Amino acid sequence: MAYQAKLRVWRGDATAGELQDFEVEANEGEVVLDLIHRLQATQAPDLAVRWNCKAGKCGSCSAEVNGKPKLLCMTRMSTFAEDEVISVTPMRTFPVIRDLVTDVSYNYTKAREIPAFTPPEGLEPGEYRMQQVDVERSQEFRKCIECFLCQDTCHVIRDHEENKESFAGPRFLMRVAELEMHPLDAGDRVEAAQSAHGLGYCNITKCCTEVCPEGIQITDNALIPMKERVADRRYDPIVWLGNKIFKRNGA
Amino acid sequence: MAFDVASPSSTDTPPPARASIPARTLRTDRWWLPPLLTTLGLATFVVYATVRSFMRSDYWDAENHYLTPFYSPCLSDSCVAGSSHFGTPIGELPGFIPLAFLSLPFLLGFRLTCYYYRKAYYRSIWMAPPACGVGEPHERYTGETRLPLILQNVHRYFFYAALVITIINTYDAILAFGGENGFGIGLGNVVLLLNVVLLWCYTLSCHSCRHVTGGRLKHFSRNPVRYWTWTQVSRLNTRHMQFAWLTLGTLVLTDLYVWLVSSGAIADLRFIN
Repeated sequence: MAYQAKLRVWRGDATAGELQDFEVEANEGEVVLDLIHRLQATQAPDLAVRWNCKAGKCGSCSAEVNGKPKLLCMTRMSTFAEDEVISVTPMRTFPVIRDLVTDVSYNYTKAREIPAFTPPEGLEPGEYRMQQVDVERSQEFRKCIECFLCQDTCHVIRDHEENKESFAGPRFLMRVAELEMHPLDAGDRVEAAQSAHGLGYCNITKCCTEVCPEGIQITDNALIPMKERVADRRYDPIVWLGNKIFKRNGA
Repeated sequence: MAFDVASPSSTDTPPPARASIPARTLRTDRWWLPPLLTTLGLATFVVYATVRSFMRSDYWDAENHYLTPFYSPCLSDSCVAGSSHFGTPIGELPGFIPLAFLSLPFLLGFRLTCYYYRKAYYRSIWMAPPACGVGEPHERYTGETRLPLILQNVHRYFFYAALVITIINTYDAILAFGGENGFGIGLGNVVLLLNVVLLWCYTLSCHSCRHVTGGRLKHFSRNPVRYWTWTQVSRLNTRHMQFAWLTLGTLVLTDLYVWLVSSGAIADLRFIN
């Protein structure tokens, strides 16, 4: 059954903006992005929204629905009461460009700060051989669609703009973990994780995991294992001694 | 191989503006309820455990040989007869020192630095953040990069200590099957045993345990035994939060049961002998 849904959409740009109320027709099976498109088509043709696949795989339509970081295309209208006022706002952590579109270039800057996959010396492309069991952990992190909802919800930068310089955010700490756990990556990622990418800022409150549309266990499988590796290196004299005695360098 | 990492992006110009949304959060659900419940749960346990640790009475049921985990190991001359399973190498202790002073600080440290409890109290007590998408009240935030929170990195040492203490608790639970009248099984044994099983689940599901058993490896295929162990610990690890709360509950339940039985308030329900 169609009904008139009550939307409260943030409209504006970097200079000013406000929440504006709209009533938009909602039909069975629709998602919030469908209503945003209908709003564009019927009442606000200049409403800016970024979207692409409508299938939860491109990571473009990230925004906040009722204050929660969500993909607009994966947020079903059936999860709201028909008389509920649904707020749709841009991601708070990033500078707004217009309406629901934000400038996420912070993430690309952080991505560039991470050195690329580094195979062992002498191993050429085409010669890479590895066991499935060794790459499984890294493969979970490859599911990331780069929607940056985890970056958006992370209070380290959401509530503290000044931390953006020294903190890479969960998505890119996960990238560091992916490379650190990769069986053929010869780089030393642990020291940089703490000193250059700000792993110590993470207080493992798991919001990144809660909002991940791909269900990646970012905190348990990437951030905490990286924290433990940093503890090995920096804060555990027994491991340090063992590495010296047995000349271990990543078993 | 070590990397030269590109210097972080820096700029002298003010950052571009975010969307102006004055409200601290636009969440409409009861986001405040989980932190509130967590605070109440933790506070209840802390108050109960503190009171009981200093009570120095009704912690040993001489008839059934039940010893509460809050007084294990009891190594002082101040312990009541029979409750010291490892002798009394320590003399009398003044009243302000708990009789289990050798285990309680390590157990407290294990839980304080536990990755789950950190999440719980950072959210509920320190409110950093109180809930996802809800602004925190602090002006500055440095996380676990400096003292005192950088000390959270000692978690693994508390894990090793907790392993030893769990072995001691297991020993206590086994000894409880032999009461004054020889072998027997009562409801107290079931409570002690349940507590010990869950303590093992909580201890072994620890993230540091997961790392030590195999998580730190880069090549699982070269270490099949450690990989198998890591897999089992990882299974438990997914329920670490549940075990954290369950064990708080069973610790209180076990202590309360021993307290009630040893004080004579209730009689132990015996199944065998």
